[in-house]
Amino acid sequence: MSDVVLETRDLVKHFPLTKGIVFKKQYGAVQAVDGVNLQLRRGETLGIVGESGCGKSTLARMLVGLETPTSGDLFVQGKNMSKVSAEERRRGRRNIQLVMQDPYTSLNPRMTVGDIIGEPFEVHPDVVPKSGRRGKVQELLELVGLNPEHINRYPHQFSGGQRQRIGIARALALNPEIILCDEPVSALDVSIQAQVINLLEKLQKELGLSYVFIAHDLSVVRHIADRVAVMYLGKIIEIGTEDDIYDKPTHPYTQALLSAVPVPDPKLRGLRDQIVLTGDVPSPANPPSGCRFRTRCWKAQDICAEQEPLLQIRDKSGHPSACHFAEVRDVVHAAE
Amino acid sequence: MSTDVNVKLEALAGVDPNALPLQVKDLHVEFRTRNGIAHAVNGVSFDLRAGETRAILGESGCGKSVTAQAIMGILDSPPGFITGGEILYRGVDLLKLPESERRKVRANRIAMIFQDALSALNPVFTVGFQLAELFRKHRGMSRKDAKVRAVELLDLVKIPAASQRVNDYPHQFSGGMRQRVMIAMALALDPEVLIADEPTTALDVTVQAQIMALLAELQRERNMGLVLITHDMGVVADVADRISVMYAGRVIEEAGVNDIYATPAHPYTKGLLESIPRLDLKGHELSAIKGLPPALTNIPPGCAFNPRCRYAQDVCRKDPAPPLYQVSPNRTAACHFWKEVKGDE
Repeated sequence: MSDVVLETRDLVKHFPLTKGIVFKKQYGAVQAVDGVNLQLRRGETLGIVGESGCGKSTLARMLVGLETPTSGDLFVQGKNMSKVSAEERRRGRRNIQLVMQDPYTSLNPRMTVGDIIGEPFEVHPDVVPKSGRRGKVQELLELVGLNPEHINRYPHQFSGGQRQRIGIARALALNPEIILCDEPVSALDVSIQAQVINLLEKLQKELGLSYVFIAHDLSVVRHIADRVAVMYLGKIIEIGTEDDIYDKPTHPYTQALLSAVPVPDPKLRGLRDQIVLTGDVPSPANPPSGCRFRTRCWKAQDICAEQEPLLQIRDKSGHPSACHFAEVRDVVHAAE
Repeated sequence: MSTDVNVKLEALAGVDPNALPLQVKDLHVEFRTRNGIAHAVNGVSFDLRAGETRAILGESGCGKSVTAQAIMGILDSPPGFITGGEILYRGVDLLKLPESERRKVRANRIAMIFQDALSALNPVFTVGFQLAELFRKHRGMSRKDAKVRAVELLDLVKIPAASQRVNDYPHQFSGGMRQRVMIAMALALDPEVLIADEPTTALDVTVQAQIMALLAELQRERNMGLVLITHDMGVVADVADRISVMYAGRVIEEAGVNDIYATPAHPYTKGLLESIPRLDLKGHELSAIKGLPPALTNIPPGCAFNPRCRYAQDVCRKDPAPPLYQVSPNRTAACHFWKEVKGDE
């Protein structure tokens, strides 16, 4: 159990939809995250993939404590964050830090880089004594591959990739064990993306960090993750090791998602097993009954509307999948 | 539909129906800003045949969108100025035409779809009104006829319940559906050339697959030339026939799609391909291109890529920039050492 640094049990976040100004009446809820169970082990990278609106960012915000879950429990290093004292919750949060998506809006333009990276020390003053903070910030800058002499510069003097490095340095300031990366490279150009991914992997090796890596780019997740969870409309629909998900996907949505990723090899054009889904993701305010994917699924039967498929091991592939008709279909290698 | 299209075509003097639908020759665009002159496009040339897909590949700030804006004649001027070159539509230099003539080409002959469909559509008019407007202004149709056409178009791009959706406003559509509306609008007047500027960048992969499939189908039906501007190497590999790779406002490599991916002849192209995470590189460091693209106000002398290039020698650091060498009969690369780059792959 000590091996698990982060765990969620039936984590739920519903955002209420209200009517009226004086007499507010709730008439529904956006079910952003609806019963998520996850475990993150020490030193591993857990990838979370899914399309926009599937709840992955809400999940991330709950994990770092920016959002209070509607129900369910969050355990950081074995401690239930909703049951402990406020002081202990603060200490728990120190161990789990966030790297945000957009390096252009997530850094305050009026603060110097030194102030940005040093700000966490004002919230948690006991981590580094006041006299040592400047030195620590410079150390952090060096760690993420920036020039420590640039400590007095402002964010606009840096490029996108460098700003993302600043964001990473800020996340590392409190010596956390868990880093949550919410789309850390999607705002960057391909050549810069590779630099940031390499940095993240180097830091993980050196500092023994555990990552939750949220992204919509499946090839990036495949590169960095040890285990992968696929989300659809607030639920995890398939979870397994990186090989399980990419080589032996069993849920139709995972298969469609994988097959939709364009492969940078023109020789495979027209040969790939391409599943083109019809329609759009339904609204999370009014999700379909039973299996939430059934409205777009080519396998859907009556049972899919009546009974919600649970996330459990279903066939010989050996990893959990939330589909009544789970079966392995290798979409990635079909053409090779 | 075709008869009224031809009326407009003949109205344009000097059109040679046998010439290529689009040719860009040595295009130069600069932006005169307070911080100096930004050389956004520095001599871009490419051809487009009917039915062909030409990908323009490059990272942000390489001048690919500015090239598209120059072709369409929608460059913000000032600060943007076209300082040289030709843009030929069937042999007619569009840059020499007066604005009134240019309007006949825009949307009629060369149309464009944009990355962000929500900001490209007018939020205070229904999509039906915006589609019908094209027919009313360019074809002189009545409101009623134009509306009928708008429904047909929404049907064409496979928007379900088109006759009802035509009265909806842009915000009532999802991202993928909005991009379909954009495509409908671009195809309304049956253009010969479609310029798609990052058409799927803002969309999820499953929706991206739908949109690319739709574009490919419509292109095939109409034998339309497509200029696809993107940074996504995966999408390019899927749909392009020929590729122009751009860096700092120049085309640095031009070749057929298979050649580029199999044997890149420019170090930048090669670096781009190597920085994509691949299956066999799992657990290894990605080979990133070191450094950053240059500021367009301050492009290094010689080859613009030389500060980031592992092949760079003294000759690369001196002006003039390397010319486009003929690598094989059908491809060019702007690198002094293209043989080495191509050879050790």
